[in-house]
Amino acid sequence: MENNTPKKPAIPRTAMPCQPPEERRHNFKEVALGYTKEMAAAEASRCMQCKKPLCVGGCPVEVPIRDFIREVQQGNLEEAYRIIKGTNSLPAVCGRVCPQERQCESKCVLGKKGEPVAIGRLERFVADSYIASSACEQVTGDNACAVPVKGKKVACIGSGPSSLTCAGVCAAAGIKVDVFEALHEPGGVLIYGIPAFRLPKNVVAIEINGLRQTGVDFHLNHVGGKTVDVAELAQEYDAVFIGVGAGLPMFLGVPGENLVGVFSANEYLTRVNLGRAYDFPNYDTPAYPGKNVTVFGAGNVAMDAARTALRMGAENVHVVYRRTRAEMPARLEEVEHAEEEGVQFAMLSAPLRFNGDENMLLKSVTLQKMELGEPDASGRRRPLPIAGSEYEMDTDLAIVALGTRSNPVLLDATPALKLNKRGYIEVNEETGETSMPGVFAGGDIVTGSATVILAMGAGRRAGQAIVKRILG
Amino acid sequence: MPTPILSKESLIPGKTSKLVLEAPQIAKKAQPGHFVILRMSEKGERIPLTIADADPEKGTITIVYLVMGKSTALLESLNTGDTILDLCGPLGRATHIEKRGTVICVGGGTGIAAMHHIAKGHSRIGNKVVGVIGARSKDLLLFEKELKSFVDELLISTDDGSYGHKGLVTELLKDRLEKDKDVFEVVAVGPVPMMAAVAETTKPFGVRTTVSLNSIMVDGIGMCGACRVSVGGETKFACVDGPEFDGHQVDFAELRRRLGAFREQETLSLEQWRCSCHGK
Ligand SMILES: Cc1cc2nc3c(=O)[nH]c(=O)nc-3n(C[C@H](O)[C@H](O)[C@H](O)COP(=O)(O)OP(=O)(O)OC[C@H]3O[C@@H](n4cnc5c(N)ncnc54)[C@H](O)[C@@H]3O)c2cc1C
Ligand SMILES: Cc1cc2nc3c(=O)[nH]c(=O)nc-3n(C[C@H](O)[C@H](O)[C@H](O)COP(=O)(O)OP(=O)(O)OC[C@H]3O[C@@H](n4cnc5c(N)ncnc54)[C@H](O)[C@@H]3O)c2cc1C
Ligand code: SF4
Ligand code: FES
Repeated sequence: MENNTPKKPAIPRTAMPCQPPEERRHNFKEVALGYTKEMAAAEASRCMQCKKPLCVGGCPVEVPIRDFIREVQQGNLEEAYRIIKGTNSLPAVCGRVCPQERQCESKCVLGKKGEPVAIGRLERFVADSYIASSACEQVTGDNACAVPVKGKKVACIGSGPSSLTCAGVCAAAGIKVDVFEALHEPGGVLIYGIPAFRLPKNVVAIEINGLRQTGVDFHLNHVGGKTVDVAELAQEYDAVFIGVGAGLPMFLGVPGENLVGVFSANEYLTRVNLGRAYDFPNYDTPAYPGKNVTVFGAGNVAMDAARTALRMGAENVHVVYRRTRAEMPARLEEVEHAEEEGVQFAMLSAPLRFNGDENMLLKSVTLQKMELGEPDASGRRRPLPIAGSEYEMDTDLAIVALGTRSNPVLLDATPALKLNKRGYIEVNEETGETSMPGVFAGGDIVTGSATVILAMGAGRRAGQAIVKRILG
Repeated sequence: MPTPILSKESLIPGKTSKLVLEAPQIAKKAQPGHFVILRMSEKGERIPLTIADADPEKGTITIVYLVMGKSTALLESLNTGDTILDLCGPLGRATHIEKRGTVICVGGGTGIAAMHHIAKGHSRIGNKVVGVIGARSKDLLLFEKELKSFVDELLISTDDGSYGHKGLVTELLKDRLEKDKDVFEVVAVGPVPMMAAVAETTKPFGVRTTVSLNSIMVDGIGMCGACRVSVGGETKFACVDGPEFDGHQVDFAELRRRLGAFREQETLSLEQWRCSCHGK
């Protein structure tokens, strides 16, 4: 530990330039504009190049953080890019959406006395600045493309970060990959869930184009368990990877939840992101308009829904959460950005029922005040209702962001897949292989709703196991 | 890969057509009760339509639609040889079909086409199928010929009496149920008020009644909850738990309200499209 104590006087963390809140709450352009070269150099110079870099242990895919920052310090962006790409296939995505404050940055020694190095911002800077010279480099970070292996092929079901990563690993080894995606656009949550103001669509498109050019074919409108059968794919392909995400949105289970005006965050975000409802009626998919919007939940999904509602023209947006700000699972940056944009927070409040008019249109929600009791199994203090504390809040659009359960479409059609108690697919931790030989799985359909980087990590592990199985 | 339209047959000029699509993968798996999701253009909306027929040998599926708003109007503007940008399916749970005796299949309006596939399934397995179809007038009646080719009996009603019984399908249904005690199931596909009326009619007879719900859908694979309906006091997702449910348990009033959720935007969308089309 002794070599990890800061010696230099603390230089403040370099702020991320952002669109001003007043402007950005009316548009879908990216909020965080990205470091300039100078900013990146200044931020990189804060890194002490520790002998034992603790940050790396905080990264689920162990990006050699110290090493890539060293290259940024020396101005070698190409080398920095290669280093990151060695373990993280989607750095431009991760730099934007990873909860760094709970991962790498939480372990950084500078964080003990001051603020940690802005690792995520540097990662994004490197990924955005370096333009890969070939598709193969885009996918693997390496220009030595593999020679196509004749007669071997892999099927990936779903096209979220887990499948994209698995596909990339296999393609890099020269194996032909067919991706089957249910929706009409590839990318999973990166496309239909996370809004463009946080993750511009072209960032994802660049990655998908890279994969296409290295021989990955995307078959859209193909539903695993419906259009294509897992067992049949397992016959036809040398291996199958299932990365269909978690899916099925949960509701609150309170009266009035089916009133017109109550939506799942998944539906609201899908309409706006996948359906481009922000450009209605130029695009055909509408989103439900709301003046007084309430959002239930406090994760990234809730923040995205709240900030999207603002941009869709809401006058007031309240995030209703039964705990307090400290317990909110969303990325810190998203909470801060939401606050700056004018999202209001009704903390320590839980919904009891939705109230509608005679036409079943949502008019208000009855809330109950909560207080925090003893910590529960999750380690967070349990919210307890305060008797007689009911109050009513006007709302004409309520968005429920409580998380998801496992989607039954593929699972019901594939009884041979062994599931765990929570209804997710059971896999061998090291390889990602399921109870069906040659069929692998990873991402949210294995872990339940988690993170992009964990889904990628799972896709990578499975991809490596598949390559090893096929090529020996 | 866009889906080619192999043939288009206008059933009610400008309002309803029957399209045969080249979709071998879907045709191979399509069962009665299944539906597809389509998107006509780059900027289009995803809309669900029932698979009215499927031919696995030829690799085709048949859809029949009523022009309601912009998306169906766009579909109606396409012709044989044109393509549909996105086609996804087969979705939903297949109809539960077992050999039990006599089944009455009721269809109203465009629902007759959707009912056709279900009736065919019952006929194939050896059930006696009584078809009951209705429309406002003779010229709006669909699929009479198709149904006649396999049903054991076909009862017809029109609101104006221009063909068959003058009145509602439920009157024919009630009459039949009173006379025929061997009916093990009634299936109804059509407008919401019709399905609600059918469920109301069959209730006193205690006969199993299956309805096919047409709630608003987005993804069609259980990821959004747009399609939720109340069945027996429980929330169900029509796209993965249905679209067929026990008609005696469905909250039809809620379904009707939820179907109107986007009426303002739908009207705007259609008007804008009509203007832009006529401008050209
Ligand atoms: C709104 C929102 C915001 C988020 N914000 C963050 C964030 O800031 N940071 C972070 O780390 N994580 C975030 N997450 C979580 C993260 O996006 C997920 O953990 C991650 O995307 C999971 O990846 P995946 O590959 O398992 O599946 P997904 O990304 O869920 O993709 C699954 C894909 O499979 C398709 N599919 C489903 N069923 C089938 C089928 N039967 N056949 C074929 N295809 C099918 C789906 O259409 C989808 O495209 C967020 C999630 C949401 C919803
Ligand atoms: C499982 C299922 C099967 C269906 N099968 C058929 C069929 O075989 N033939 C047929 O003509 N119609 C069918 N429908 C209804 C059809 O999907 C709608 O009429 C169509 O979406 C209308 O789109 P539009 O843009 O033309 O009209 P809009 O102007 O957009 O809407 C008109 C009305 O259609 C309904 N609607 C709108 N958007 C959707 C949507 N995304 N999903 C479902 N309903 C919507 C609403 O009630 C709305 O008020 C089916 C619906 C479902 C759920
Ligand atoms: S991938 Fe995520 S956790 Fe890992 S270094 Fe990058 S930002 Fe940190
Ligand atoms: S249409 Fe989205 S869940 Fe049914």
